[in-house]
Amino acid sequence: MITKTVNQKAWFLVLPVLFIVALNAIIPLMTVVNYSVQDTFSPGVFFFEGTKWYREVLSSPRFHGALGRQFMFTGIILLIEIPLGVAVALAMPRKGPWVSVCLVLMALPLLIPWNVVGAMWNIFALPDIGLLGYGLNWLGFDYNYTQQPFAAWATVILMDVWHWTSLVVLLAYAGLSSIPDAYYQAAKIDGASAFAVFRYIQLPKMKRVLIIALLLRFMDSFMVYTEPFVLTGGGPGNSTTFLSIDLVKAAIGEFNLGIAAAMSILYFLMTLLVCWVFYTVMMRGEES
Amino acid sequence: MAQITLDRLAHSYESNPQSDADFALKELDYVWDDGGAYALLGPSGCGKTTLLNIISGLLTPSRGHIRFDGNDITARTPEERNIAQVFQFPVIYDTMTVAQNLEFPLVNRGVDVGEIKKRVDEMLETLDLAGKANQRAQGLTADEKQKISLGRGLVRYDVNAILFDEPLTVIDPHMKWQLRTKLKELHDRFEHTMIYVTHDQTEALTFADKVVVMYEGEVVQIGTPEELFERPDHTFVGYFIGSPGMNILPCDVAGDSVRVAGHTIKLDAEYLPPRGARLELGVRPEFIRFAENHESGIPVSIESVNNVGRHRIAKVRLSDLSMNIIVPEGQALAATDHRVVFDAQRCGVYADDHRINPTEDSRGFRHDY
Amino acid sequence: MRGVKILLVFIYILFLMLPIYWLLNMSFKTTNEILGGFSWYPQEFTLASYKTIFTDSTWYSGYINSLSYVLMNTVISVSLALPAAYAFSRYRFLGDKHLFFWLLSNRMAPPAVFVLPFVELYSAMQLFDTPLAVALAHCLFNVPLAVWILEGFMSGVPREVDETAYIDGYSFPHFFVKIFMPLIAAGIGVTAFFCFMFSWVEMLLAKNLTSVAAKPIVAVMTRTASTAGYELGLLAAAGALTLIPGVIVIWFVRKHIAKGFALGRV
Repeated sequence: MITKTVNQKAWFLVLPVLFIVALNAIIPLMTVVNYSVQDTFSPGVFFFEGTKWYREVLSSPRFHGALGRQFMFTGIILLIEIPLGVAVALAMPRKGPWVSVCLVLMALPLLIPWNVVGAMWNIFALPDIGLLGYGLNWLGFDYNYTQQPFAAWATVILMDVWHWTSLVVLLAYAGLSSIPDAYYQAAKIDGASAFAVFRYIQLPKMKRVLIIALLLRFMDSFMVYTEPFVLTGGGPGNSTTFLSIDLVKAAIGEFNLGIAAAMSILYFLMTLLVCWVFYTVMMRGEES
Repeated sequence: MAQITLDRLAHSYESNPQSDADFALKELDYVWDDGGAYALLGPSGCGKTTLLNIISGLLTPSRGHIRFDGNDITARTPEERNIAQVFQFPVIYDTMTVAQNLEFPLVNRGVDVGEIKKRVDEMLETLDLAGKANQRAQGLTADEKQKISLGRGLVRYDVNAILFDEPLTVIDPHMKWQLRTKLKELHDRFEHTMIYVTHDQTEALTFADKVVVMYEGEVVQIGTPEELFERPDHTFVGYFIGSPGMNILPCDVAGDSVRVAGHTIKLDAEYLPPRGARLELGVRPEFIRFAENHESGIPVSIESVNNVGRHRIAKVRLSDLSMNIIVPEGQALAATDHRVVFDAQRCGVYADDHRINPTEDSRGFRHDY
Repeated sequence: MRGVKILLVFIYILFLMLPIYWLLNMSFKTTNEILGGFSWYPQEFTLASYKTIFTDSTWYSGYINSLSYVLMNTVISVSLALPAAYAFSRYRFLGDKHLFFWLLSNRMAPPAVFVLPFVELYSAMQLFDTPLAVALAHCLFNVPLAVWILEGFMSGVPREVDETAYIDGYSFPHFFVKIFMPLIAAGIGVTAFFCFMFSWVEMLLAKNLTSVAAKPIVAVMTRTASTAGYELGLLAAAGALTLIPGVIVIWFVRKHIAKGFALGRV
């Protein structure tokens, strides 16, 4: 751990970053706050409305629905991606020429533009010509993600697992490769079982990176927009309309500025809260 | 506790070794006595860790066999060999307490609870860790962690051998001495066969009953610390052990006289070196002295004199050769006219780096020609 | 056990590759064949879709626009983040921890929240529909990320390095460029990779901050996607081409990629 010296002039080094992020974060945020407490009937004419939009959003079944779907989606993908990612990382070879090949192939989905991911799965899951859709129907499942809410959900989740599990794999793999060989040798000599090696050596060493994985996956899945939007457009019905999709619908589709702004603020506060909890836990982990 | 037999053991990291140079460990035949304390000494890359890993079972040798008490265990896994090993960097289970760390190997082997408690308590006492039994192992100092690594081996009373792979590397200098003393004490008490890898001659010489000196994949000498000092079998041993190391001077040999840089030195025995070999005279700085007044000797010039506590080390030049000489406490050096005398009994003759024996019956017995 | 492990990795990679294969498969098919039904591989192999993309300026200028804002963003993010990360890794100053958290929180901010105000902001700055607008907007999440990753790598460099350099009479900028930056070269490479990646994959802001002149490839594609299915081959080819920059950059950082994903903290 590096001991840091107190130096207030360090602020000057941070200023450029502060400026660019403030430009992008504070000014738009002020605009959003502004909208969220006003109403308009014609361009340029605003009325102060206080907490009206907030009350409306908080009591609307539409928001509750989107929020509920959002938590369900995030919960399901975390439950699949974290254990699967850890399992794949444990199964990866630790040395040799195959490591680079595996890592590059696994990282590939992470570098595909998100709308291409959506489009790719769109094509892949089409019941008539897509491998997945055609295959499932051939196997006797009645599958059509554009019409069945359950099929749409399953496809959106499968797509997210496809897209992001590798992030968990890479993080867990980084944690695993920081374990010196001597630990495995000592465990062998101590007669430890494979499970004991996982429980007492691998898991503790992966703890930090797994917290990062959980943090990133939580945040990114919480603001997921492009992939499900391109794949299902939020449908059928509202079945795959998550928070971001709902928000963009309200703001751009319906031009319902007040509602959209109030939703934005609530949404932002939620992510901020979770982010703060994670950050606190992680920093405590780093200090000990 | 076991006697360990190395039967024509050799190892190469290459799958198809062609020449001698491909072997990280050259052929070796030796028996390690039950309950002995051995040190494997040599510079990095000499093959000592390879040998250790072969004994522990982390590596399978390319050739030869290894036996514990006569049973061939070459193909056995580390856990089947029932050995303990302490690594260069302390290996502890971070999330467990000190006591849980010590229990771990016993729990894995299904030892019963009462017995585990008895042994762990005893080990905590022995290692002076009783006060920290319920503390998380993560927060301990390096030497305490290393003691735990050692303790995990010692709680298993029946281990065949305990292996140490440069265990004091990350320990503070003042703690090294304490830990070494502790090790010695534990060896005396438990009488385990212990094998200790190090590149530090002080560690090797103080710990071991017998020291195995390795150089470039070859065991060049196995002996007690005294033997290594008095009678190095290889120029590397002479040079590596002792401070400063042995003086190695190119020479010619004719019977019992050696010519070094144009001067003749009489030895106490006759030698018949192999034809064409590169010959050297080896003599430790302790066994060369400055000649007294009027005594005859080989003239040298002094380059420097360093005071190293008890004695001084004089660096002298004999034509284009340089030598170290230890000057005992209290001996004055003359201002000019320096001559040196070699102790004939302590000089060794080396052919291609290996010490050669005098011709039979020549020692202490002069033939007349 | 070993066999099970290899099988798991193999199945996982197969699962990752199948949709990509299907995309490539479609991109080499003729429209007739696509609409004709299911087939494992192109029966009449054609490069027609790719030819359309390389000859139609709306398509290829989409790639050029995308690459230009991605590169701009990478340069801006890394160069601004370097001094800031140094400050966080070496000094304590008033409000440092809060500032760091606030920066990070922006990485977590949902872009959907900012779409509308961004359009207004960049219109007011007269940057709407330019690559620079997208490059600056992507700084919202890339700059905090860059600071975070670089800080992790910089903390791995012992302080003594800085002190020795100052004693040797280096000025701060001179030391930073000549000595410090080469030491964390891997970290800078990894950071640039991540900025490139996140800017390259983002669509929501890129699409809404542009209309005609600076339209990125992702937006060109959504237009195609929303039209009738007979352009599926074209869409697949356009998608396949977006994989190439990713493959290239990933190959360069493959040795550091895992550490980079751990934000320099392993």
